[in-house]
Amino acid sequence: MTTSRFTRRGLLKTGAVTGAAGLALPTIFTSRASAFTNAPMGDTVTLGFNVPQSGPYADEGADELRAFQLAVEHLNGEGDGGMLNTFSSKALDGTGILGKKVAFVTGDTQTKSDVARATAQSMIQKDGAIMISGGSSSGVAVAVQSLCQDAGVIFMAGLTHSNDTTGKDKKANGFRHFFDAYMSGAALGPVLAKAYGTDRKFYSLTSDYTWGWTQEASMNKFLSAEGWSQVKDVRTPVGAGDFSSYIAPVLNSGADVLILNHYGADMVNSLTQSVQFGLRDKMVNGKQFEIIVPLYSELMAAGAGKNIEGVYGSMNWNWQLQDAGTKAFVQSFGTKYGFPPSNAAQTCYVQTLLYADAVARAGSFEPCAVVAALEGDGSSLPGVDSASNKGLVFDGLGNGPTLYRSADHQCFKDALVMKGKSDPTGPYDNLEIVEATPVSKVWYEPDNEMFAGGDLGTCNNGA
Amino acid sequence: MLGLGRKDTTLFAIVVLVTVLAPFLLNPFPADSAMAQFNSGYPDLMQRFAIYGIFAIGFNILFGLTGYLSFGHAAFLGVGSYSAVWMFKLLSMNVIPALILAVIVSAIFSVVIGFIALRRSGIYFSILTLAMAQMMYNLAYSVFSNPAMNLTNGETGLQVYASDPQYLKGNGPDVTHLFGLQMNSTYEMSVAGWKFDFGVGYYLCAVIMLVAFYIAIRIFRSPFGIMLRAVKSNQHRLNYTGVNPRPYNLAAFVISGMYAGLAGGLLACMDPLAGAERMQWTASGEVVIMTILGGAGTLVGPILGAGFIKYFENIFSKINENVLHSWFHWLPESVQNFVVHVLSPFFGEGWSLTMGLMFMAVVIFLPGGLVEGGLRIGRLFRRRPAPTPDAATKPAE
Repeated sequence: MTTSRFTRRGLLKTGAVTGAAGLALPTIFTSRASAFTNAPMGDTVTLGFNVPQSGPYADEGADELRAFQLAVEHLNGEGDGGMLNTFSSKALDGTGILGKKVAFVTGDTQTKSDVARATAQSMIQKDGAIMISGGSSSGVAVAVQSLCQDAGVIFMAGLTHSNDTTGKDKKANGFRHFFDAYMSGAALGPVLAKAYGTDRKFYSLTSDYTWGWTQEASMNKFLSAEGWSQVKDVRTPVGAGDFSSYIAPVLNSGADVLILNHYGADMVNSLTQSVQFGLRDKMVNGKQFEIIVPLYSELMAAGAGKNIEGVYGSMNWNWQLQDAGTKAFVQSFGTKYGFPPSNAAQTCYVQTLLYADAVARAGSFEPCAVVAALEGDGSSLPGVDSASNKGLVFDGLGNGPTLYRSADHQCFKDALVMKGKSDPTGPYDNLEIVEATPVSKVWYEPDNEMFAGGDLGTCNNGA
Repeated sequence: MLGLGRKDTTLFAIVVLVTVLAPFLLNPFPADSAMAQFNSGYPDLMQRFAIYGIFAIGFNILFGLTGYLSFGHAAFLGVGSYSAVWMFKLLSMNVIPALILAVIVSAIFSVVIGFIALRRSGIYFSILTLAMAQMMYNLAYSVFSNPAMNLTNGETGLQVYASDPQYLKGNGPDVTHLFGLQMNSTYEMSVAGWKFDFGVGYYLCAVIMLVAFYIAIRIFRSPFGIMLRAVKSNQHRLNYTGVNPRPYNLAAFVISGMYAGLAGGLLACMDPLAGAERMQWTASGEVVIMTILGGAGTLVGPILGAGFIKYFENIFSKINENVLHSWFHWLPESVQNFVVHVLSPFFGEGWSLTMGLMFMAVVIFLPGGLVEGGLRIGRLFRRRPAPTPDAATKPAE
């Protein structure tokens, strides 16, 4: 799978660790005899990267895959090490995971829950994957997460933004590093009120599925708190292609802001068409008409071109951040692929590292031990006064100090408010960071009404 | 035997044998060898082979016999899945009530849809079924997933939660089971490097598929089946002779809808999550391709086609660029990169491209599907029989 590059030093290190681990692990048993699903037996450990390689989110999937490959290289001690050098935990030393070389398998989810579950099953049953990561849609992430819970492997969610992933559909074996719709709303609300005033009327176009709904509900909640009022919320089918029939009524609705709860190709189309309809040149209620895209991605921004100029949105991470972790990651990603990583790539890279680190700290691949390691020692994030502020705190992975909250397996960190640049200098320089909203402003309790109803359950070791 | 002719008995026996021995036949390579990625004998995929086999057998009863090309059969698959998961949510994780309800509900839906769509034939019938299925897909995807009446749970898919009532569950297991026999339990056998998985779920699917296949043979050979063939060859002539073909068509449509519902229910039994995607038109198109690829109107063709497509979708799609590089690592680097660059569009995510090319080749060169290919190869090896005098066409007297 991965190209191997032996150095004398690397070989010595590997040899030492395998020797130690080899004594502890019986190697003659088949996986039936082991205590958990897919216990790695040879000198490699297999991870499964399940991303959309075809369909509407294929661009995001391709970037996620690049990040996974980079993470595997760094774990195996190849390349420049990337964020391993800046990561606050030093349990990883570039000799694979617990001395086992990291191998990986990939699958194409086609952004369909059914297919994603089938590819994840084949990774678990056929390839012996011990951890599944990836996903570019919340529906897929939720479906694969519950499969991993039942099969007894760890799921490290990739790009999934719905509140449900760590809300009502949360699972003990599943972990999400990406931010969610609630955090987007909390970060955007005050910034929008400052930029556009407090008596705006907004009209929402929403992708008609779980992610769209939670995003719409979150935006509505936080904008209402700023004094804005919703004129109407219209649901649009996913992959509609042509949004003109949805945009035309906006002109006469009396609204002066349009919120596009769309993602991927849908967002590119709806934004482009809104601009072509001349919405942004209009004056309504004596105010300039504005468009907002709550969830941004670099790939979408590149697709929409000049139309994103001045449009606000939010992001989990951006390559223009100036911390040491971001710089190291952008450096090694750029060297390998020739362009900066997207925020989907960053979350997938970080998730892989976090998994490897948890295994190394736990000293075992056993899912329950890994879950315990990811839930951390109960340390808290500074600046947040809450009883649920407990879990694993780490730093140096690009988002500043971050908490993996043990109550719902969701990461808490600063959220970025972005704006389309007015004078882009290239295809990767089209967004600017308006504000990094501090984590205390986007914090919520696990029993928040938008997340209530789920139950983590207990971790599952499988067979 | 079993009311089958000699030829059919042989065919049935072969299918039984292959199905029972599938865990061996599908894992021909040792688990650690480089060829192991072509192994397909893991429980999840074997179950899919059997389930989509049922789906295609049922589709073939409609399309192969009456010639009515339904482009909306996935709707019944989806309806079956949703009904099965609802049984899990309301009663218990036992698969029997789930399968029964799946078949009943899909039968009801197919009566309604068939009654409307069968007013027309040919392309109009296909369009009507396609429209109905797309409508049902959209209903499942968004309309019936609103918080007020959440029947389908939208894009996330309907699944079983711990908070569901499950009135009959008692102390029963949390995973799908047949009176306590858990679907996901697997016996793994290791023989000198080879690994074979014997899953309970697979053998349940296999037994049901064999029953479904047996019923299909009986239908093919029955007077009812012959009537359906008459519909295919010339419906007008049937009308002129005073036979009303519509009840026969509707019966065939409902039977194949029930097969689809059974397959959908089984999918949910093996993996208790029902997503709207399995009702999409691409899923309906898939079963058409399976049937035509294997050989429409033949008995085993649809099963072969289903296996072929599922194999490609699950095994071929995982051959990514890294794997290609490892295949050609013995070439000099520039040549290797070139070869991988040329081949990569056909592997991995490009599996559907390869599939499409093969489908075209089969349609053009083997109009009878893979079954015809098999027969032709068989004929090559057999001694050429002397042309019988009957074979030469005689002028009518």
